[in-house]
Amino acid sequence: MNAVATQASPATPTSSATDSLLEIRGLYKHFPLAEGFLEQLRFEKGRLVRRNDSVHAINGVDLAVRRGEALCVVGESGCGKSTVARLVMGLLSPSAGEIRYDGHRIDDLRGKRLLPYRQRMQMIFQNPYASLNPRMTIQQTLEEPLRFHHPEWTTPQIHDKVAEVMASVGIDPEWGKRFGHEFSGGQRQRIAIARALAVDPEFIVADEPISALDVSIQAQVLNLLMDAQAERHLTYLFITHDLAVVEHFGTRVAVMYLGTVCELADTRSLFARPRHPYTQALLSAIPRLEDNRPEHVRLSGEVPTPVHLPSGCVFHGRCPHVTERCRQEVPQLIATDDGNRVACHGVEEGRL
Amino acid sequence: MALLEVSNLDVRFALRQGEVRALRDVSFTLDRGERLGIVGESGAGKSVAAFTLLNLIAKPGYIAGGSIRFEGSDLARMSSRELRRVRGNRISMIFQDPMMTLNPVLSIGEQMVESLKAHRRISTQEARAIALHKLKQVYIPSPETRLDQYPHELSGGMRQRIIIAIALLLDPDIIVADEPTTALDVTIQAEIMTLLRELCEKHNVGLVLITHDLGVVSQMTQRTLVMYAGRVIEQGPTREIINDAQHPYTQGLLNALPQMTTPGSRLNQIPGSMPSLSNTPSGCAFHPRCQYRYDATGQPRRDCLDQVPEFVTSGNCQVACHMVRDMLAKEAS
Amino acid sequence: MTTTTTTPSRWKRFRNSYLVYSFKRDWIAQCCLAIFLCLLLGAICAPWLAPMNPYDLTQISILDSELPPMWIDGADPLFPLGTDAQGRDLLSTILYGARVSLIIGFGAVILQAVIGVTVGLLAGYLGGRIDAFLMRLADIQLSFSTLMVAIIVGAVIKAIFGGATYSAYAVWLLVLIIGLAEWPQYARTVRASVLAERSKEYVDAARVMGYRDRRIMFRHILPNTLSPIFVISTVQIANAIISEAALSFLGLGMPETQPSLGSLIKSGFDYLQSGSWWITLIPGTVLVVLVLVVNLLGDWLRDVMNPRLYKG
Repeated sequence: MNAVATQASPATPTSSATDSLLEIRGLYKHFPLAEGFLEQLRFEKGRLVRRNDSVHAINGVDLAVRRGEALCVVGESGCGKSTVARLVMGLLSPSAGEIRYDGHRIDDLRGKRLLPYRQRMQMIFQNPYASLNPRMTIQQTLEEPLRFHHPEWTTPQIHDKVAEVMASVGIDPEWGKRFGHEFSGGQRQRIAIARALAVDPEFIVADEPISALDVSIQAQVLNLLMDAQAERHLTYLFITHDLAVVEHFGTRVAVMYLGTVCELADTRSLFARPRHPYTQALLSAIPRLEDNRPEHVRLSGEVPTPVHLPSGCVFHGRCPHVTERCRQEVPQLIATDDGNRVACHGVEEGRL
Repeated sequence: MALLEVSNLDVRFALRQGEVRALRDVSFTLDRGERLGIVGESGAGKSVAAFTLLNLIAKPGYIAGGSIRFEGSDLARMSSRELRRVRGNRISMIFQDPMMTLNPVLSIGEQMVESLKAHRRISTQEARAIALHKLKQVYIPSPETRLDQYPHELSGGMRQRIIIAIALLLDPDIIVADEPTTALDVTIQAEIMTLLRELCEKHNVGLVLITHDLGVVSQMTQRTLVMYAGRVIEQGPTREIINDAQHPYTQGLLNALPQMTTPGSRLNQIPGSMPSLSNTPSGCAFHPRCQYRYDATGQPRRDCLDQVPEFVTSGNCQVACHMVRDMLAKEAS
Repeated sequence: MTTTTTTPSRWKRFRNSYLVYSFKRDWIAQCCLAIFLCLLLGAICAPWLAPMNPYDLTQISILDSELPPMWIDGADPLFPLGTDAQGRDLLSTILYGARVSLIIGFGAVILQAVIGVTVGLLAGYLGGRIDAFLMRLADIQLSFSTLMVAIIVGAVIKAIFGGATYSAYAVWLLVLIIGLAEWPQYARTVRASVLAERSKEYVDAARVMGYRDRRIMFRHILPNTLSPIFVISTVQIANAIISEAALSFLGLGMPETQPSLGSLIKSGFDYLQSGSWWITLIPGTVLVVLVLVVNLLGDWLRDVMNPRLYKG
């Protein structure tokens, strides 16, 4: 594709979009702590001041999800990984930055114009106990999206499609008449996956889909997600805190800390050679089955609040390799020799 | 004699659907300074086991049989006055949610002083000094200021450290920890677990650790108890269970972990899910999910269906499985 | 996998539900429901049950006025509960009066629910300025007492259409007055549960599917807020009946020609000193019993439907 064509109509896919399905550029999301004007007033040092603090959930994230891959976003609670998922799905609107799907900007679309993307992008939620409407039967839950997106379909067509989706996720058709609360967590998560797959999406955002489940059920659901990927050529944006799952499931990994991406790498090279000090600490903290594991990297301090972000590198307060530059200057994601990207002054300077 | 000896414990809940048997025939022992892990998925009865150890089971639950002997006296048959002398003092408990233990309207110091004074005849000054000392033991930065802070002012990891300090306050013999780090992040979890293990080793405190995470058990404990549908199905030294599990369920749990398969390939899943305690299958409760439930001719094994398996000894482990029993018999003959 | 059982029918599910289970074990609830059903049936069937029609002037004779109930000397066996000052049979008048009270009670609550649920849903789901505006509106409404609304509406209607029209439509005007005056209770309750439901993931799932706001509000969120709506409805019915009685007693409600329980109490009040206590006290007792059983049923329903109580 030539540059002239791209400039002429911004809606056509740009050259970079040929391999990346979803592109996030310069994404920011702030949540104001106090909504109303009266709530913002504070009495400080004998003076009435208006303070408009906000939680800086996402602070400049650039990510691209390539077609057919499973990009895992890992990080600890409060790092903004779920906010990224909700921004991508349009459940929240970004404070700044843009989100492009298949080359088209989607973060400013509303209502009817977003509808085609609702079919192509779907989401699986963390809590299977809350993600099914308690007053709807399983059959109703699965039929509703089809009736909504395909009003021209006849009832037998819809029933056939529901039966097909149920079969593909391993749900007994008998379950259709029952309600969500009659099932176990794993079964509910299957139903939630069936609902997402019913509209034949090509891209699925999975927000911690297995962290509320038991170990033996986690394996079932992960297998189901991998089977669906193989059969339907799905692309995943997979949010999780579990590195063992990432190692197994992810094509590439983005490690997030306090609203920024600190390392973006192939899964294999990340686990073989983590570069960012935070990634190293995270990897060493996984409880391993083996007895002879190395002592984990002890981080000092706690994750700072996202209300008052630290200056410079957001990780500098806990980093064992901190220098004066880390406290002053925000590190950029830079490419390393093996094609991965790390946001760390130490790596850039060659001392790590 | 073991410090704690639980035998044939039977706990039931009288619900309107009928009686639910949460624990059946649970027996184990804990020596002084020993660290024991109780592993199982949700619905296995492991949290009920933890609560029962302190006789904290509330209505509609009750202890229907068995005994919990702590230094020879049975906690299951103690008066509530005698129990108070044991709880918190000799055996203390760490809950999953720190806010279950911490009172939000009292400062950390007030809570620690209060429980010290409830069990010992000491002055507030002395109690405060002990509290400060315990906070230092769990490496809380600037412990003097923490004493006057309220629980909501602290982060999750800090709260759980304080819980550990409170658990250690009266120099107990045993700490029962019910999923103490499930709500925490991995890096914090690693720190808390290391701290808990070091403290138990240093003060020779016994630990009963309830968890669903085999990795945590592997790092923390010397002996492990695996539970399924209210029963203990395998117990033995942790290393032996992790490296060479005998029971098909334990094997399945270990093999289901992502690190057990090459990345990208299908995981080894156990089909089905944990039965509800009100509707446990006959015979071996695991049989509907077990891959060994058929005999050589492909017929379902009658004994798995009808008989609850007895414990057989394999190596240093005890396993409740008909298939393992048959294999051991074959080896012996 | 769980054993697949055949799905029980709706009726069977209802019979096995916790609602029925706890009803069977609670004799207070059973008594209350029985009394309530008796009163309801009596009110509905008043034209057939009552020995007289108190609205029919030809059946009333002033000579029969102030006859005592049958267990007191001087009673007429034709009037088991005695008669009022105009010679109307008290039993018949009470049955007709309960009918008026219940119509107003239920009618007003339906109106309150329609306004309150809509406002609560919109405020809770849309949030922001719409929420602030609607809830301030509710606050303003609450600061007008029912009495104020009744005085204003009554005065306006009487001034424009005259007293005769007012009397003719008095029942529906009272429904309107009490309905308008007390909807904020519904709006607040519904808004609170909508806020709780809105943050649940099934609502996010519906939004991700691209459903329109109206569909999410009415098809997904509203059915999940029904339990609290049911619970406050019982309390509101009792309140509406009391409000009606109070307004009628003050002369702002039902005219004495079509007495409700409240206007009956009022009409007998002047004769309380002269010894005809039954004209006030018998309808008063019926009113108290009616309100009490509705409130007790509401209490029972709240205990049953509060999931925190039975899920442990």
